[in-house]
Amino acid sequence: MSQKVEKLIDKKGLRLDGRKPDELRPIKIEVGVLSNADGSAYIEQGKNKILAAVYGPKELHPKHLALPDRMVLRCRYHMAPFSVQERKSPAPSRREVELSKVIREALEPAVFVEYYPRTAVDVFIEVLQADGSTRCTSITAASLALADAGIPMRDLVAACSAGKVEDMIVLDLMDLEDKVGTADVPVAYMPNLGVITLLQMDGILTSEEFEKAVNLAIDGCKKIYAMQREALKAKYTSVKEVEE
Amino acid sequence: MPTFFERRQLVVPGDLLAEGDYIAGENTFKLDNKIYASRIGLVDYEDKKVNVVALRAFYIPRVGDTVIGTVVEVGFNGWVVDINAPYQALLRASEVLNRPFKPQKDDLTQVLDVGDLVVAKIASYDRTHNPQLSVDEPGLGKITRGQIVKITPTKVPRVIGKKGSMISMIKQETGCHIILGQNGVILVTGKNPEDEELAIMAIHKIEEEAHTTGLTDRILQMIRREKEKKGGG
Repeated sequence: MSQKVEKLIDKKGLRLDGRKPDELRPIKIEVGVLSNADGSAYIEQGKNKILAAVYGPKELHPKHLALPDRMVLRCRYHMAPFSVQERKSPAPSRREVELSKVIREALEPAVFVEYYPRTAVDVFIEVLQADGSTRCTSITAASLALADAGIPMRDLVAACSAGKVEDMIVLDLMDLEDKVGTADVPVAYMPNLGVITLLQMDGILTSEEFEKAVNLAIDGCKKIYAMQREALKAKYTSVKEVEE
Repeated sequence: MPTFFERRQLVVPGDLLAEGDYIAGENTFKLDNKIYASRIGLVDYEDKKVNVVALRAFYIPRVGDTVIGTVVEVGFNGWVVDINAPYQALLRASEVLNRPFKPQKDDLTQVLDVGDLVVAKIASYDRTHNPQLSVDEPGLGKITRGQIVKITPTKVPRVIGKKGSMISMIKQETGCHIILGQNGVILVTGKNPEDEELAIMAIHKIEEEAHTTGLTDRILQMIRREKEKKGGG
């Protein structure tokens, strides 16, 4: 694998997969793919393949975990053993536990948790194939699965990363750019309300670069949001057409 | 004071529906004088009120609703009933027995056991307590015969129809007795299984085509067609 000195950006300013610096990977989204779950969504973003399923709201067991004033949102981010090049142990790793928490906190502001006290909603995220920025892709899919389950929400959450690769601020990092690049900034955003629900930074950026990266990521989120809307609507418009 | 969508247009959570002097109705919320959708559904502007008819939702108990539930647990002085909602309902023993309940004498499993189905009314419910059921009206209580159909709770009004037109038509045409639970569980009891099958078929068709117009007539035609087929063959 280690072809050392990889040129991440060529002379024309194009990236390894031929993308421009501010270009997203091709995205395919499908909503309502699992019939056993209350809500579900499947997303492909470049080589990322992620499945999200939502169950609930339902009564919470054990009961002492229930909150008297709001519902509990539980989240499990999990990578399949075959999702990466080297087999990953199926047991939840430290990283997966952390990402589950981060994703939960990115989704919670969008959900009206106070509507249904003493209940629980479970969100399961299964990464089938990983290629960088999986936390963002997972959030995008999970928010669609929540909407598909009929859980009242303030807005859909779209997420996208930006970062610095060879002194250039680029959008939607893939695995290699994330590993070799200088910095990675994942952002989750509610486009209609203009609220950021997740903002992290891994690496080193100057404050100007950081601002540029965040703005670029927000623009990316808005593009993803448009696709999310279409995917969610497609589930119902296709039914309509068949009947008429 | 603009509105941003046409009537009966499909909206998703977060869509800005109206701005200014409007009232947030079902499945919407108000923030900074703007009204947004909170569920996927079809918008409806009704004077100053903005509603979204949800395409996906779950049943939330309301006092006075008739529901059909399954007994999931037999407790010390009552039963726990699954009513297809986020909260499980309680049915007290004294409620069913019509007399004070004596734990030494009465065996609750003799009256209702796990897996039994009951028709009941929601007697009380609020945010802090699980719903309580009552069976003190005629027609309520344990279900002994018939078939069960489950539909999405949001589509129950469509099965009833305008002033009950749809449901009374199905009852008349199939000769079945139908009890409609507001939680989306429907009990169909007929003279023979064929009649029940026909009614169930009609209900499924309504669920699938809930958002189309002229449905009552089409269902009527379908039932008559099916009856002819059976009568002829």
